[in-house]
Amino acid sequence: MDPQTVIPNLLTIAWLLPLASFVIIWIAYSLPQLFGSRASYAIQPYGAYLAVGTIGLAFVLSAVTLLGFWLPTYPLSSHGHAEHGEHHKHEPSGHDKAGHDAGGNENHDSSDDSSAHLLPSHSTSSPFRWASETTASATATHHDAASAERPHNNTPPPSISGNWYTLAKCGDLEITLGYYIDALTVTMFCMVTLIATCVHVYALGYMHDELQEFTDPEVTTHDGKKLKRPGRFHRFFQYLSLFSFSMLGIVLAGNLAMMFVFWELVGICSYFLIGFYTERKSASTAANKAFIVNRVGDFGMLVGLMALWSTLGTFAFGDITREDGTVEPGIFSQLHTKENHYHLEPSPGMIQWAARDKIKEVVLEKGGAAIPATIEELRHDPNHQYGHWLLLIAGLGLFCGCVGKSAQFPLHVWLPDAMEGPTPVSALVHSATMVAAGVYLVGRAYPIFIPEVLLVIAVVGSITLFLAATIALTATDIKRVLAYSTISQLGYMMLGLGLGGFVAGLFHLITHAFFKGLLFLGSGSVIHAVHTNEMTEMGGLRKKMPITAYTMLIGCFAIIGAGLPIVHLGYFGLSGFFSKDAIIEQSFSHMTRNEAPWLWLLFLLPVVGALMTAFYMFRLWFMTFAGQPRDQHRFDHAHESPRVMTVPLIILAIFAIGVAWEIPGINLSVPKLLEQARPIGTLATVEGNLMSELVIPTEHDSHAFEIRLPAGLMASGMAAVGLLLAALLYLWRVVDPAKVRHNLLVRPLYALLWHKWWFDELYDLVFVKPTLWIGRFVAGFDRSVIDSILHACTWICRAMSVIVDVVGDRTLIDRTVDGIASYTWRGGLSLRRVQTGRLRQYIMFLVVGTIILFMIATIWRAAVAG
Amino acid sequence: MITLPLANFLAQPVGVSQFVIVGAIMFTCGAVCMATKRNALGILMGIELVLNGANINFIAFGSPYLRSDAGSLGMDGQLMSLFVIVLAAAEAAVALAIALNFYNNFNSIDVDRANQLKG
Repeated sequence: MDPQTVIPNLLTIAWLLPLASFVIIWIAYSLPQLFGSRASYAIQPYGAYLAVGTIGLAFVLSAVTLLGFWLPTYPLSSHGHAEHGEHHKHEPSGHDKAGHDAGGNENHDSSDDSSAHLLPSHSTSSPFRWASETTASATATHHDAASAERPHNNTPPPSISGNWYTLAKCGDLEITLGYYIDALTVTMFCMVTLIATCVHVYALGYMHDELQEFTDPEVTTHDGKKLKRPGRFHRFFQYLSLFSFSMLGIVLAGNLAMMFVFWELVGICSYFLIGFYTERKSASTAANKAFIVNRVGDFGMLVGLMALWSTLGTFAFGDITREDGTVEPGIFSQLHTKENHYHLEPSPGMIQWAARDKIKEVVLEKGGAAIPATIEELRHDPNHQYGHWLLLIAGLGLFCGCVGKSAQFPLHVWLPDAMEGPTPVSALVHSATMVAAGVYLVGRAYPIFIPEVLLVIAVVGSITLFLAATIALTATDIKRVLAYSTISQLGYMMLGLGLGGFVAGLFHLITHAFFKGLLFLGSGSVIHAVHTNEMTEMGGLRKKMPITAYTMLIGCFAIIGAGLPIVHLGYFGLSGFFSKDAIIEQSFSHMTRNEAPWLWLLFLLPVVGALMTAFYMFRLWFMTFAGQPRDQHRFDHAHESPRVMTVPLIILAIFAIGVAWEIPGINLSVPKLLEQARPIGTLATVEGNLMSELVIPTEHDSHAFEIRLPAGLMASGMAAVGLLLAALLYLWRVVDPAKVRHNLLVRPLYALLWHKWWFDELYDLVFVKPTLWIGRFVAGFDRSVIDSILHACTWICRAMSVIVDVVGDRTLIDRTVDGIASYTWRGGLSLRRVQTGRLRQYIMFLVVGTIILFMIATIWRAAVAG
Repeated sequence: MITLPLANFLAQPVGVSQFVIVGAIMFTCGAVCMATKRNALGILMGIELVLNGANINFIAFGSPYLRSDAGSLGMDGQLMSLFVIVLAAAEAAVALAIALNFYNNFNSIDVDRANQLKG
């Protein structure tokens, strides 16, 4: 079995299974509903079991792909970045210079790899070796001098890409369904399917109310009663299946056009699921809000797609081998060519477009054959950065889509409102997977981003993480706290990616998915038990629901990054510890390399954010599970959730603890997988072209001892301080939070946070209200001016037609037709007399007629012819 | 001097025109018979005369002897008249059947009473 064909086939089956489940549920349950026959509550669970089974099978297939085919074919390097290329089929382009090869290895040794510090049993001497040597950046400088080439991963990551089906072909534009599979794809497949399976199983229990006539407590009908409606159990699973299919489609997509299609599909699934309680006004508005806000980002994404396609001529990520054997270069290999030593450089098409005036002159002077040489000449023109602006537009455009989907500032407003959906949806769609699609796209399109775009990503990410964390401090709705926490963590991922930490950002994406899925499912379990979202009505629940409480405690520890940074003895920590530290290390490394003081904020904000994260997460836990019950009635009715809901919690808790660890024996860990997926040419310290003072440090540097130690200590210290503060306020009640709230100094700040920085009000004032005003004005204009013009036109038309009717139709045409008819009638009446019915008379007519004919013929001959 | 048509008709040897004249007379007699008789059988007889008058014309125009063209063996006219005879027999059978039915319905074979199809 050739892994090159088996891997895509397995993943494709895993991808299509949820679609099959969606289609079957739709045909069997929802389609008959159109004709008025509703599936009985007795058979609705079978649809749900089908959905659970397919997603579970998809997970099994993904795991088999990873363990059974991917790892044996492309083994992870046991140490060192970017050495995976040796196993790759495109190898010949790799180590073209022996000297460079040696230099690269030396560089690898000196800075070692990211996975090393994740190993609890790692050699204890290595930190000191790092400390004793020069920093990696210094080595890089030395290396520059030696071989005139910056350190670089110059072998492409192992990947399998191809097309299944061409949807449309218009001229050069080709829209295909294809796949691009690398370690990131496979990792994401396992993560998404695993979490989706847990959520599906959990939803079997959580959505149980939908298996009977459902009384919606939040909707009052006009006669004052609570709304009763038929349960929609199967429909929920139908949408979950469609969502899983779409999400896997994004992950598997081989080109940006296909990714955009599935991008929109997850958007619409999110819309359906937020508005699942469609009778609630708040749910339907939240669904609309999510959908519309996402459109804003998608517009930017379309601009990015246009900029890329019009200058590169392809949407495909990887190289596509055609049936006739020709290899069509994808986006990645066009932007990182071997001629440019795999650095990110504008493609010839971009330069040609950017410098079209100059090239026109050259063509007029020397003819068309001189174009390629001119382009190469213009590429090295130090005064103009030809083509870099196009890369900036393309990168910013793509990032716009990510801002919308991943709820980054300033489009973060939709995600908290999306909590109107059922809690399993919040867990799966709005924290673990879909909103992570934006981060995934940044990771997938990482080779496209020039340093300036990365800076924008980092700035947006840091603003987002700070803003959302502050809002989470005061929110009292348990799901909203988690929603703002999600936004904040997504900000961390963006920050990590934007500062050059490809592995750091995506690593946090994976670990966050597990612990945030866990936290959301736990909060759902709480809501299921006490029937309210307000933490002010909870308290003391850990006695009633221990499994939920302690799994959520694990989630809280994971998200704040609890761990023991004992460098001499190795490390121990929950998953968030490794990934969040990686991001903070990267930002510290970034700060040390940049002079501009305002860039230091990119380090300060995540560190302060770490404090706030610890504070609001433990505030949540203490308010919900610790202390005395605040609402005795609700407390009395609380109960631990059924096993179908707690088992997914336990599974997710296990992963929240250990997903960052290396699996002993088979040399497998998430960061190593991600390291294998690192795109070609992105492991280097790069300097901005448009902003020359900007330096994006290589991820190697952040693992240096003098960066890791202070960064790790600061992050852990901040988290500890936050935890302590939360405990002081909410556990030991040294200070009453209500008193703090009413403190004169704190009150305006509290109002600011309580109203979510007035973003909703601001957007309402700036965008929604003016739109409504314009709408009203246009409607009035329509009614008064355009309608009256139309009415006048119709009146004239009507008058004209009356004239035509009277004159033309009734007199001319009708009279003619009537005349013909009456003449025919009268002719018939007179001719009927000839028809006597007498045989002998007919014969007489015949004879006489013949004689008359003969006479006419004779006379004719005599008179004319004769 | 005005030469009337057929003026020296009797002075010529027997040829096509004599036959044609006989045919014309038979045709005329048949036609007059059809137009005057009220008896359906009489009309049938008139029809026979008309058909045979036409037959004579066929024979006359088709005969190689009469056309002084003895070298060839044209049989077109004779064949055509044979067809006419066969058709006449069939037609007589049908007509007699009509006449019988007519008699059954009207107790008469006076064709003047059959005027129900008048306009």
